[in-house]
Amino acid sequence: MIDPVALFLLLLSASTPILFAALGELVVERAGVLNLGVEGMMIVGALSGFATAYYSGNAFLGFAVAALAGALVALPFAILTQFLMSNQVASGLALTLFGLGLAALFGKPVEGVKAPTMAAGPLGLNWIVWLGLAMVPAIWWFLNRSRPGLILRGVGENHDAAHALGYDVRRVRLAAIAFGGAMAGIGGAFISVATVLQWTEGMTAGAGWIALAIVVFSNWTAVGVLAGAWLFGGVTVLQLRLQAAGVRVPVQLLSMAPYLATIVVLVAISARQKFSRRSGSAAPGSLGQDFHALR
Amino acid sequence: MNRRHLIASVAAMTTISLALPVWAQDDPLKVGFIYVGPVSDGGWTYQHDQGRQAVEAEFGDRVETTYLESVPEGVDAERALTQLALAGNDVIYATSFGYMDAVINVAAKFPDIKFEHNTGYKLADNVGTYDGRFYEGRAVTGTIAGRMTKTNKIGYIATFPIPEVIQGINSAYIHAKKVNPDVEMRVVWAYTWFDPAKEADAANALMAEGVDVILQHTNSTAPLAQLQQQGKIGFGQASDMSSFAPSPRVSSVYNNWGAHYVKSVGRILDGTWKPEAVWGGIGDGIVAIGEITEAVPAEVKAEAEALRDKIAAGEYHPFTGPLNKADGSVWLADGQVASDKDLSGMNFFVEGITAELPQ
Amino acid sequence: MIRLVPRTDSAPLLQVATPVMAVLATMLAGGILFAIMGYDPVAAIRTIFWDPLFGPAAGYSRPQLLVKAAPLILIASGLAVGFRAGIWNIGAEGQYIIGAITGAAVALAAYPAQEMWIFPAMVIAGAVGGWAWGMIPALLRNWFGASEILVSLMLVYVAQRIAAWMAFGPMKNPEGFGMPGSRNLQQYPAASNPELIAGTGAHWGVIAAAAAVLATWFLMSRHIRGFHIRAAGIAPRAARFAGVKPQTLVAFCLGLSGALAGMAGLFEVAGPAGQITDKVGVGYGFTAIIVAFLGRLHPLGTLLAGLLLALTYIGGELAQLTMNLPAATVQVFQGMLLFFLLGFDLLTRFRITRRVTA
Repeated sequence: MIDPVALFLLLLSASTPILFAALGELVVERAGVLNLGVEGMMIVGALSGFATAYYSGNAFLGFAVAALAGALVALPFAILTQFLMSNQVASGLALTLFGLGLAALFGKPVEGVKAPTMAAGPLGLNWIVWLGLAMVPAIWWFLNRSRPGLILRGVGENHDAAHALGYDVRRVRLAAIAFGGAMAGIGGAFISVATVLQWTEGMTAGAGWIALAIVVFSNWTAVGVLAGAWLFGGVTVLQLRLQAAGVRVPVQLLSMAPYLATIVVLVAISARQKFSRRSGSAAPGSLGQDFHALR
Repeated sequence: MNRRHLIASVAAMTTISLALPVWAQDDPLKVGFIYVGPVSDGGWTYQHDQGRQAVEAEFGDRVETTYLESVPEGVDAERALTQLALAGNDVIYATSFGYMDAVINVAAKFPDIKFEHNTGYKLADNVGTYDGRFYEGRAVTGTIAGRMTKTNKIGYIATFPIPEVIQGINSAYIHAKKVNPDVEMRVVWAYTWFDPAKEADAANALMAEGVDVILQHTNSTAPLAQLQQQGKIGFGQASDMSSFAPSPRVSSVYNNWGAHYVKSVGRILDGTWKPEAVWGGIGDGIVAIGEITEAVPAEVKAEAEALRDKIAAGEYHPFTGPLNKADGSVWLADGQVASDKDLSGMNFFVEGITAELPQ
Repeated sequence: MIRLVPRTDSAPLLQVATPVMAVLATMLAGGILFAIMGYDPVAAIRTIFWDPLFGPAAGYSRPQLLVKAAPLILIASGLAVGFRAGIWNIGAEGQYIIGAITGAAVALAAYPAQEMWIFPAMVIAGAVGGWAWGMIPALLRNWFGASEILVSLMLVYVAQRIAAWMAFGPMKNPEGFGMPGSRNLQQYPAASNPELIAGTGAHWGVIAAAAAVLATWFLMSRHIRGFHIRAAGIAPRAARFAGVKPQTLVAFCLGLSGALAGMAGLFEVAGPAGQITDKVGVGYGFTAIIVAFLGRLHPLGTLLAGLLLALTYIGGELAQLTMNLPAATVQVFQGMLLFFLLGFDLLTRFRITRRVTA
């Protein structure tokens, strides 16, 4: 028999990297910026976090450095999209390529070595898992109850109006992009420092792309991101768990399901908005658009 | 590699049709490699690159090696192989299954260059193949797993339902069962060769099912890291993964391609190379068993090493009857040994494995 | 205080000069990177940019530029049309994969027949497959207002999993010893997409890419629909008053780019790739987005951008071979090139002036 509590604990760990990355991307997209470079920021976080943990012997320091590195590597993207008016989609893709290459290049010295083992927190789960869970209400509060969060949402919803009201659209977006990079960096470091204990090129293996899907699934809410991370992580954990118990599962079809569910959710929310004119909180109005202040 | 042994075996071989030139000593043989991953992957490609370095160490100035890394299978393979050919390489080793048809195509255009393709099955006048009998290694680690499990449940993180992996699962199970009749095997198909996060999930799923020894066919250390956190054990795969020794990594099955590369390059240098399908095991040095650590009791270690040596000497074949298929039908009669043809198309589990094989 | 003012003129000199400046800046920054890594910067840059065109093995690598660039150009020329209208298909990768699958399905169903109609039917099937996959986000946007950016991206993931399913299941080569992957279409003459004239590299995909450049150029500069597309991109509301139906444009742009991406997938799977595997999508659909922007969403620009990217791929390979430059270094170099090209693009669209602050 499969123990649901044990399965849930597995899920909490397994969904942590994508939860962090998706929460970061949520804030970025809420500010009206679509950053497709999540995978590149995650892998840079995975390397810098691992290298720091290895050389310092302190895993928590590793996560801090991973956050910093994730934010730094997002800087070219921020400059391109916010100051040089480059297209966000193309710049984000370039960031992915750049990050993967950069991490591979600087990762050579720490190949084959092992990170220090982290002490587990409550319920045998890593402290970073708990941090990720704590970030959900924190980001919810920030977006919905705090004044800076309100400004950020305003910038994402209609950057021209926000600008007219005197807010510095670019500064808000710079901060959001840096925050997104930091969160992606922590998510990537969770894979290298807490899960694998080694550095290997390409070790994030597409987690950044899943994070992008989760944000869509979430309908741009923090709680939705948590649900999405559990859905996407849960499908993997559950199918592996069923296999281990000897149950035959159609793996390929099952792995498609969360993406189809995401499309269904997106369509349902868009349709509700379109036909009933109710203000759901679907995609931010200025998502992906260039902003150029004429004044 | 023992050179005298090499020369003796070469002399014993009868070269038939191909009149190959003997290379002049001052003209280095150019040896090219094409890798599917980065040399730093710590697994599959890393081991091939170790093999390349073994060639340099063995032959020194007589060879010159180059490689192209991270060449995806598919659209880029044929061009990359051609670039290697045009760069003047005399022999090219293609180290992933998906390069197979590209190798055949390029080899037809460069009849004077020798090609060897890893894990494939297509030969040509200037194309040979080479592969490892990884199931021999799994017999040894399966024995250790059967002895070491306390819950009588061992797990296998499988990649794709292809013959090589199915051989590995069967071999591990047969030999675990031999030393522990109560053992049960759980199989999880990860559908990836390398995805650390997913491999960790797979290891955790197996442990949640009560598994306490895991054999992995995937290439990252993630399962070992999870095993360590729960105080359970596993084995290195593809590379030795010795940074996780003495526990959770209690031993390993790793790919020692250098044994083949040195032999193959040696034959090219003395003009005795011919296109053939090499399928080498522990005895040829291609499949190696990593050090069995002190986490394993001495008598289990001795038993495993005895099995390893018997396989290496050719005294024992891991697939020796009586063996039935999972559906109960007879596969091998008592004392009968599986043919290579049977093995290379293996698409069934042996009797006793209750997991289903995806078709 | 520096500020940007949108250009009203087209500044033809800058149109040519900025990409050159970006490449020069990349050479400089990349040269520093190579020098830090301990490689001769001049030799590395010559190997990447010069040798594929004029080096000792250029006779081979020049045609290969066409082979590598063809799918990128084919996909990007379709994407550029949509981007001009403000319709964001970022799921070309998925349309590419589905086109490869539907096209290959025709061949595998016909196997081993040797009929003249097989290859043309495959091309049509590939285009229809990509078109249909592109129509999903188009219809969902038109009916429900769902963002085509996000739906098309989600459909990439779905397509990738369909490809894996096909490679391990329905399309698996029955003579493949249980290994994943379909039959190799290169070995099935009626269905293969070979080099048409020896030594030129040109296969049907190269010809299709050239045709796509010409056709989209004609569409955008000579045809009323091209005018509608440009109008919708610049001033959507005004365009609507001028009689442009946004729904028609959405369906047209996503359908067109989907069909071209699907054809690209088919030409690759019948030619350079040869078979359907779980890795049939190699990222061309995403790279083509970058190509479209580097080409400033202009058909001729797309052509040049595709060739430039192909040059860095092949030059990067040569640098690995002749200088032992790690693949990662080449990847960082390419990332820098993209950043610089995207960044310098600013100069063509804005004028930099000094703001007089009170």
